[in-house]
Amino acid sequence: MNRATAPAIHLGNLRKRFRTTQALDGVSLDIQPGEFFGLLGPNGAGKTTLISILAGLARADTGEAAIMGYDVVRDYRHARRALGVVPQELVYDPFFNVRETLRIQSGYFGLKHNDGWIDEIMHHLDLTPHADKNTQNLSGGMKRRLLVAQALVHKPPVIVLDEPTAGVDVDLRRSLWEFISRLNREGHTVLLTTHYLEEAEALCGRIAMLKSGRVVALDATRNLLQLTNEHCAQLRLDTETVPLEWQGRLLRDAEGCWRVNFSDYEELETLLAGLRAAGARVLELHLREPDLEDVFTDIMKRT
Amino acid sequence: MNLPPSTPHRDASPSTGEQRLGQPGATLARGVSALFYKELLRFWKVVVQTVVAPVVTALLYLLIFSHVLEAHVQVYPGVSYTSFLVPGLVMMSMLQNAFSNSSSSLIQSKMQGNIVFVLLPPLSYLEFFLAYLGAAVIRGLIVGLGVWAVTLWYVPFQLPHPLWMLAYALLACAIMGAIGIVAGIWAEKYDQLAAFQNFLILPLTFLSGVFYSIHSLPPFWQAVSRGNPVFYLIDGFRYAFVGQSDTDPGLGLLVAGACFVAISALTLVLLKSGYKLRH
Repeated sequence: MNRATAPAIHLGNLRKRFRTTQALDGVSLDIQPGEFFGLLGPNGAGKTTLISILAGLARADTGEAAIMGYDVVRDYRHARRALGVVPQELVYDPFFNVRETLRIQSGYFGLKHNDGWIDEIMHHLDLTPHADKNTQNLSGGMKRRLLVAQALVHKPPVIVLDEPTAGVDVDLRRSLWEFISRLNREGHTVLLTTHYLEEAEALCGRIAMLKSGRVVALDATRNLLQLTNEHCAQLRLDTETVPLEWQGRLLRDAEGCWRVNFSDYEELETLLAGLRAAGARVLELHLREPDLEDVFTDIMKRT
Repeated sequence: MNLPPSTPHRDASPSTGEQRLGQPGATLARGVSALFYKELLRFWKVVVQTVVAPVVTALLYLLIFSHVLEAHVQVYPGVSYTSFLVPGLVMMSMLQNAFSNSSSSLIQSKMQGNIVFVLLPPLSYLEFFLAYLGAAVIRGLIVGLGVWAVTLWYVPFQLPHPLWMLAYALLACAIMGAIGIVAGIWAEKYDQLAAFQNFLILPLTFLSGVFYSIHSLPPFWQAVSRGNPVFYLIDGFRYAFVGQSDTDPGLGLLVAGACFVAISALTLVLLKSGYKLRH
């Protein structure tokens, strides 16, 4: 593979089985340098297994995986130096403080005098005031920031974030995405897995969806959003009854409003005309455009 | 989601980072030394538990056994029981602490999940082995020196064969450090490691002539003792201090060397295969 033109991440027909579970079942995927790529899927879809194989924490049964053109098994030293992984679990080493943790992590990658960059990462992740704190005394959010800092300590061109915002507060989420987005704009490739689909929709240029170890959707985010034309209207009426022909389609929600899904606006016109004819007045009307969650739900149902 | 505007960033481009990292070969030693340093720092941060406590324990053994047996037992002609006992206690402390260092570090890292910090970087299985082994040897030697230092209050300094002492000390710590790596990799829970320690390491060290000469045993148990590699480590180490031993110290060194090669080979095979570390 020509490394100058190699994808940032290459997965070729990757398969991995854990006893009775086929975690990955022939996943092929190329992520180009500089992409902000989303990997979505329900629990057990194979996302973490895929990341583990990239990171060398697991070995594929068959297939190939490469980072910046370096095979993760044959050329593991180059591959791992090109990769920064933020693991899903909130792990830390309770023997060390924040600065020691980052210095040690730098050392593993062969970087001895890395304090300038360590200071900068700590600054951007608001870790500086906690630099001398033992890691076990950090809050959950701070521990998560430290994990991100550890993944970035060797300035990897490819960054993998495995559900980095699970269970963290809004402030951290926002500051984390500010920092990661900036790194992405500066050329770092980002692979993100998350259950927060609005994050993926806002951040990722391309998205792959995994289900039962297979890629069931792979496209630019904007193209995926066009896959479903299911709009939703929420109506508040001045009456408790709706025309007979709409009783199957109109569903009452917890707020006492009526919800209806429709694929083109003519249907909505027909509904409003029917309501008017039945003597019902529309007090409120809200329209919601389809989002990634709708697309995701739709694809997971269909596949 | 509103994302912030881009701001200039000092020396953060991926290409710059790549250039800075250079060729892996140039930085391998740093990777090993970082892991080695981390392991040293780890036990040094709890020095009371990892160094002071074993020294105190050994001192208590010395006080009790020398008080009870000094006037009744003379194992070698011209050698007091306390002089006989001290090298055994020093070696036993080194063996147990070298084992504890690598095994407890690995099991804790596995249980807490932070082993991932060591598995993600570009360290080879050999570097992993050398770093953990090196730290285990250092802790073993520090504890051994500590025990020896406090026993100097009770036994006058004597070391007729310092090179034998050094060779045996290094080999013993290395053997137990490597066994500790195997145990730490194999064990999935703390009680499995405790079983390894209580049912294998402790009997091997206690039944190896720390407190007695195997010549005082019936022939059958003498033969059994000769099958225990730890016996050779203690016997040879004691030779360095008192100039007398139950077996030829050269033979003991060969046995210890063979044990080290065998256990190292096993450890390296496990690490290379990723056994219980990489799935």
